[in-house]
Amino acid sequence: MNASTNSPPSFKRALRMIWLQSGGCGGCTLSLLGAEGPDLVTSLEAAGIEILWHPSLSEMSGRDCVGLMERLASGEEAFDILCLEGSVMCGPGGTGRFHMMAGTDRPVMSWIEDLARRASFVVAVGSCAAFGGITAAGDNHAEACGLAYDGKSPGGLLGSDFRSGAGLPVINIAGCPIHPGWLVEVLHLIGAGRFSAADLDEWERPLAYTTHLVHHGCARNEFYEFKASAEKLCERGCMMENLGCKGTQARADCNIRAWNGSGSCIDGGYPCINCTAPGFEEPGHPFATTPKISGIPIGLPTDMPKAWFVALAALSKAATPSRLRDNATAELLKVPPSNRQKKGS
Amino acid sequence: MTRLVVGPFNRVEGDLEVKLEVTDGRVREARVVSTLYRGFERMLIGKVPDDALVYAPRICGICSVSQSVAAAKALAEAAGLRPPDNGAIAVNIIHATENVADHLTHFYLFFMPDFARAIYADEPWHAAAVERFKAVTGSATQDMLPARAQFMHILGLLAGKWPHTLAVQPGGTTRSVAANELARLSAILAGFRRFLQTRLFGDNLERIASLSSHGELEAWADERRPESSDFRIFLHVSRALDLEALGRGYDRFMSYEAYASASGALFPGGTFVQGEIAPLGVAGISEDLTHAWYDSLEMVEPPFSGTTIADISRAEAYSWCKAPRLAGEVMEVGAIARQVMAGQPLIRDLVARSGGNVHSRVVARLVEIARVVIAMERWVRQINPGETFCAHGPMPADADGIGLTEAARGSLGHWLRVRGGKIENYQIVAPTTWNFSPRDGSGRPGPLEQALVGAPVRVGETEPVSVQHIVRSFDPCLVCTVH
Repeated sequence: MNASTNSPPSFKRALRMIWLQSGGCGGCTLSLLGAEGPDLVTSLEAAGIEILWHPSLSEMSGRDCVGLMERLASGEEAFDILCLEGSVMCGPGGTGRFHMMAGTDRPVMSWIEDLARRASFVVAVGSCAAFGGITAAGDNHAEACGLAYDGKSPGGLLGSDFRSGAGLPVINIAGCPIHPGWLVEVLHLIGAGRFSAADLDEWERPLAYTTHLVHHGCARNEFYEFKASAEKLCERGCMMENLGCKGTQARADCNIRAWNGSGSCIDGGYPCINCTAPGFEEPGHPFATTPKISGIPIGLPTDMPKAWFVALAALSKAATPSRLRDNATAELLKVPPSNRQKKGS
Repeated sequence: MTRLVVGPFNRVEGDLEVKLEVTDGRVREARVVSTLYRGFERMLIGKVPDDALVYAPRICGICSVSQSVAAAKALAEAAGLRPPDNGAIAVNIIHATENVADHLTHFYLFFMPDFARAIYADEPWHAAAVERFKAVTGSATQDMLPARAQFMHILGLLAGKWPHTLAVQPGGTTRSVAANELARLSAILAGFRRFLQTRLFGDNLERIASLSSHGELEAWADERRPESSDFRIFLHVSRALDLEALGRGYDRFMSYEAYASASGALFPGGTFVQGEIAPLGVAGISEDLTHAWYDSLEMVEPPFSGTTIADISRAEAYSWCKAPRLAGEVMEVGAIARQVMAGQPLIRDLVARSGGNVHSRVVARLVEIARVVIAMERWVRQINPGETFCAHGPMPADADGIGLTEAARGSLGHWLRVRGGKIENYQIVAPTTWNFSPRDGSGRPGPLEQALVGAPVRVGETEPVSVQHIVRSFDPCLVCTVH
């Protein structure tokens, strides 16, 4: 990302936010409702956000809501942030009729476009709004795409050269679903005038969470180090070798920042499916099976040369302590760590 | 006659439009329009069967675990797998957490804020409704959000995260639990029970669960002043607005079995029509496409051979929602259906008195919260931390499976057909597909379409508030509906 774009504006007044949902599941909003320390309403208040309309939270319905959207889309009434949750539905045949805005006889696609052109900041909430996501899986006959990407290809609804009123590209809070903290912190930084294009990675995702790998803080790290691998879901070992885990490649802080109090996918006993990445919905292999060529996983850890990976894997496999080897394929702990300093233990 | 188009509806999950014909201040006819099509059923064709566990929960962010459970059950039936006791119990706890949280979200964030609307400004109870339930700013939201978030810690522990977990598997769950973690689960439930007892109910869960008649409920409501609990505020408002007279449907209720384990299901499956219980004839389920935007040679399809071919050109169609029918009949699903089927005496009495309506649907949901949380406390004690949570077994190259379960808002079914090791067909019939179905081939309206007939429309109202109450009383989930 070019870091030399406009310096971020600073807001003394409340930031006016409108939130639309299109081709998605609503799960990012539901995840967001689980915000803690503090709760969502307090978090938004702290960030200086005024909710003009949110489909799950607002009282306003029907014509009042359409009236508001018309005023915002025409520029009659100014606003700051457009959040879109869910893919843009372009089908069938580019008409957008797979999702009509209730009460308006207009495709949601065209509402999104009009509002995006007026917003100071456009935020894609979740991988669907960012890249197309799950809704774009299979043959994508629904023609689902993201705001500024169609899968990995730049473009989407708004085009790769889109810049919002504040001079930023679409901010992609990718994830399926998002962690509440990912969005709340970005909104807070926008409100404080401290968010710029320099805070985005190569897919315009906030660096705040994508400078981490899911691997960072993984509780199975010791198994990874010794290539002590689980063979079936629910076993305790590393899931990279056999069970499709992409934690060493996926960019997110899921094992540093707890989900729902204490969890993460890997802590839940199932592999990371790299849901913050464009195209995660079609990995080209069964999600919970690692594709291999002559026994070597195709997807190597980030920044790891293949020859080194192979050499180190062979070495660490040879050095695997029996405790890890035995526990890796066990569902319930078989061998606890021992302490040689205490006699008789 | 006046025609009204009501939408966008918010505080429902997903997208909804309702078309009304109004005569003499009453709704004469309603057409319910699901406005979003995504195409999950086609997405799944050609995938390896287990991948359904990644895609299916992402149909819906609010019924995510229900979708996982239905998919896992369909896969389990196809593979002939049976979860061990621990796995079945863990799945029930995970699923119950989502369902109870959904009931809570519905009551506090989706349903009650309508009573804080300005249209009720002259009502004596309005000030209390605004203070407590005004959207975003009401004091109840500030109480409920942290309580709900802490309750969801159960899912952080047992399911990794919510929504969209892969922990629910055909053979059980991927996350075994140690004894100290059981202690944590019990503590989380204790905290949640405290919130429910002090804020939502103002009484013990056991008392709420055992309420046995309309008379007892009304007497209970009068025991203390309305502001003493959120349930009492609702009962007070409901009495004042006569919500019992609003939104009556067909009174034909259906439920699948809910929360099954080795010791039987917490809530049984079946149908309840005019006081008569009958077993569920799953083979009688079909979807009628007459008024939905789909092309097919057959306008009535059983799910195993169901198709999903979008076609916006069909003149008689007006919704993306298909019209499910049981042996050709319209059925209403949801907490009210589960509780009449389960024989909860209060809900039986309310339905005998005045059928399914705005009042009885909401009461059923709240009584169910009490009943399910009590069961969750028991389930945590039944887990044996030294034993397995998951069974494993291969999927045959050719197999069929049906996965039936109950989401918060009603009966959810997945019909899976595996051929040559790949998914050949996958059909999903969701709760709100039943409740918000369009008309069928015989012109019979769906449950909501029927429930809206007769709803009062005040002079000058363009978004009748009665319609808002009736629609939300079903706790609709439109993203599941069409998928």
